[in-house]
Amino acid sequence: MVNDPIHQFRIHPILGPWNVFGQEIAFTNSNLFMGIIVLVVVGFLLLASSKKALVPGRLQSVGEMWYSLVHNMVENVLGHDGAPFFPLVFALFSFVLVANMLGMFPYFFTVTSHVIVTASLAVFVVGLVVVVGIYKHGLGWFKLFVPSGVPLAILPLISLIEFISFLSRPISLGLRLFGNMLAGHIVLKVFAGFVVSLVALGIGGAIGSIAPLFMAVALTALEFLVAFLQAFVFAILTCVYLNDALHTHH
Amino acid sequence: MDANAAKLIGAGIACIGMGGAGIGVGLIFGNFLSGALRNPAAAGAQFTNALIGAALAEGLGIFSLVVALLLLFVK
Repeated sequence: MVNDPIHQFRIHPILGPWNVFGQEIAFTNSNLFMGIIVLVVVGFLLLASSKKALVPGRLQSVGEMWYSLVHNMVENVLGHDGAPFFPLVFALFSFVLVANMLGMFPYFFTVTSHVIVTASLAVFVVGLVVVVGIYKHGLGWFKLFVPSGVPLAILPLISLIEFISFLSRPISLGLRLFGNMLAGHIVLKVFAGFVVSLVALGIGGAIGSIAPLFMAVALTALEFLVAFLQAFVFAILTCVYLNDALHTHH
Repeated sequence: MDANAAKLIGAGIACIGMGGAGIGVGLIFGNFLSGALRNPAAAGAQFTNALIGAALAEGLGIFSLVVALLLLFVK
């Protein structure tokens, strides 16, 4: 059924599927859009930085804003030692932003509305935090779970809570992006569905369908805001978590 | 009550948790706004912190949505 709101998230193979060592592997629409995202990001930034004018044109200003937004974020949260992580945060931000924005076009597939994509990114980020923390501070990094200045009596409880909250980070980081994208696109589709089913009722329904139509337009604007905000939040939470790995004393 | 009905009711109850997240996000932005109106000069630097707080509060609401989705779609 085409009208059900979940249909837009269907993954279907474009090429294949091929049978590789007993696993079915296919080039799906999700893979296609991930490729398009990378092409859009790289192509846009190459185009924006091709002129290198002293007084930037429109395209170059957008490129510079994009770059300096992430650069300021990394500078503010991570400080000067965060510079090696700037490319990572920039890549994550760009991928998530363009994935969210491309998903707003009709009939386009939203890569970030699949929990496997967002959870992979989140698990990678938190795994990196553990690796960098142990590489920088050795076993002293585990002091992260033992806050200073806490009475000895409740320290085990606090450590347990800190540990659980650390373990819930990859879950919440991945699910936040996934949940926002999934819920937003379902809501858009549901309101668009109201319009279609009201118009089908006849002339009275057609007049009544104006309200959900305006709602759908307003929600589209809101979804563009959410698409940007979630990419920003994903990048800034990556910085905040990396900060735990770089500076343990807090 | 058959098992499927109980699942649907459970999914609906799970979504009540999103209300808590809504209260949390509203408190954060409301307090940010009242602080920003008192001292507009300091507001710009703290907007990022407001976003982080809102994202963390919202994440807990998303958990309840995911519980609802798991109840509905995981067989």
